[in-house]
Amino acid sequence: MDAQLLTFIFVGISFSLYIGIAIWSRARSTSDFYIADKGVNPIANGMATAADWMSAASFISMAGIISFLGKDGSVYLMGWTGGYVLLALLLAPYLRKFGQYTVPDFIGTRYYSDAARLVAVLCLIFISFTYIAGQMRGVGIVFSRFLEVDIELGVIIGMGIVFFYAVLGGMKGITYTQVAQYCVLIFAYLVPAIFISILITNNPIPQFGFGDQISGTSTYLLEKLDRLNVDLGFDEYTSNTKSNIDVFFITAALMFGTAGLPHVIVRFFTVPKVSDARKSAGYALIFIALLYTTAPAVSAFARVNFIESVQEVEYENAPGWFKNWEQIGLIAWKDKNEDGKINYSSGEALDGVKPNYSDELGRFGERKVTNKPNLFNSNEVYIDRDIMVLANPEIAQLPNWVIALVAAGALAAALSTAAGLLLVISASISHDLMKKTLMPNINERQELLFARIAAAIAIIVAGLFGIYPPGFVAQVVAFAFGLAASTIFPVLFLGIFYKRLNKEGAIAGMLSGLIVTASYIIFFKFINPELNTSDYWIFGISPEGFGFFGMFINFGAALLVSLFFKAPPKNVYELVDEIRQP
Amino acid sequence: MNYWRANLLILSILLSIWFLVSFGFGIIWSEKLDAIMIGGFKLGFWFAQQGSIYVFVILIFVYVFLMNRLDKKYKSKKED
Repeated sequence: MDAQLLTFIFVGISFSLYIGIAIWSRARSTSDFYIADKGVNPIANGMATAADWMSAASFISMAGIISFLGKDGSVYLMGWTGGYVLLALLLAPYLRKFGQYTVPDFIGTRYYSDAARLVAVLCLIFISFTYIAGQMRGVGIVFSRFLEVDIELGVIIGMGIVFFYAVLGGMKGITYTQVAQYCVLIFAYLVPAIFISILITNNPIPQFGFGDQISGTSTYLLEKLDRLNVDLGFDEYTSNTKSNIDVFFITAALMFGTAGLPHVIVRFFTVPKVSDARKSAGYALIFIALLYTTAPAVSAFARVNFIESVQEVEYENAPGWFKNWEQIGLIAWKDKNEDGKINYSSGEALDGVKPNYSDELGRFGERKVTNKPNLFNSNEVYIDRDIMVLANPEIAQLPNWVIALVAAGALAAALSTAAGLLLVISASISHDLMKKTLMPNINERQELLFARIAAAIAIIVAGLFGIYPPGFVAQVVAFAFGLAASTIFPVLFLGIFYKRLNKEGAIAGMLSGLIVTASYIIFFKFINPELNTSDYWIFGISPEGFGFFGMFINFGAALLVSLFFKAPPKNVYELVDEIRQP
Repeated sequence: MNYWRANLLILSILLSIWFLVSFGFGIIWSEKLDAIMIGGFKLGFWFAQQGSIYVFVILIFVYVFLMNRLDKKYKSKKED
């Protein structure tokens, strides 16, 4: 069977599974809708957390980015896993003990202030929408490449599915769909990785395989990759190129950002006991680590396979995937030396980086681009990093069903994360904004209705982001983590570990962290992008890593301002004492 | 030692290890460790892309184990 038919079948089966689960697990109360009535088994919650966490970025983009960055890409591997240690040790058990519905709930109660609650709601909505935009783009890419459906239609189908189980099932529906989605996505990630690991190194475990010898030779894979990279004018694959301080700050910003992401934290509100929250974080990290330790192996394999299958190959004989992705607009080839062969090396191939395709075909049948060639280097290939994971099975010439499986897995990753985000957005609107601030008199049924309406509106906005992707998506990802690290994490942490922190301190902390981090990112990403080099950065910290700096600003401001105002009321001291007990 | 102090002690020990394997071995001393090879891996590279993640998982389960033990001890004390 051809790959497209198989993809239809796999995607169809997985989608019906999600719908079936949604019908089975409808939400009947607000507690069901917000936190699945605290009835989720810790292992199931671990899987759901893993699916919630691992987005289109983890599944589709991460291995591709590492493939091009080599060792510098480690910031994502450590940054997006290390945060779970912070979450498990510093936040999850205490917030579960607190036992309310949302993250702003904790902030509003602990700091006895609606203003603090509202600042938290604002940060939360901004962070979550930033994230969703990326998910919907992922859904669009998969649909257009593998099913040859228009991106618009693909996004609408994806929206329909999420709408169905998020609006109907709330947290309960989302949780059990996420468990299924985790199984789909991890299977889809591991199968091609194992196949390719066996093909290249004869070692069935990718985690070991990429440190192994290439089968039939005595050369280690990474050794060969270092040499290939150097030959083509790149840095060694296994060496750092970024400064240590920048790598340190980016890793830290991603870790503390992860620990401050509302859609992840809220997952730990769904388990029955405090000890379950700890255990659940452990299971979540095991399930995440399964993908995150495989990813760097996939990156290394894909890099070798990619270079070997296109380098010095005549375009007319180029592999099918190369031309397919060229059709989608994520690969371009400009024959600078007019020899008809594909030459890949370091540097941007095209002036202006991104290709502008004309309608004409070139001498060898390639899509002509109107960009001028970049004559500072001899690289002829533009390749979007996002395609490495999706194209990997084709590059390695794996059977069609593996290609179909990867498509279904990528959709599972994107949809599960989108649903989790939609839920925290709707909960923060219906619960924190309506019930706790604007309309305290609504009853539970009305609140549930508001939650469903908010979820529906959020899905439509997210879908619009997917159909008309704003150009700034890539830039704002730094924002999401930077803000989570510099606003939400510190107030949660201090709220638990420092009783004396009062509302004035918390608000001053959040606002100063927000302002400092946001201005730094806006300055370098939007106002003066041409200055965005290490020569101009404060202490050599890039905007991606500045959230960690902002976190210290938050801590400093919170502690300082706190001293000038009176201590929190007695019931807050009692609350903190209470959540510190198991 | 009361429950909260014991908890803080456990936290500081585990978080020191967390810092050491990721920021220490994976970043600060990574290039020095790269002189050591395990199979085809440079050690610093391995910590940055594999080792630190394994240690993170172990740390959380050690934490779960220690806290469950502490919870039990504390509960039986309270009932006395």
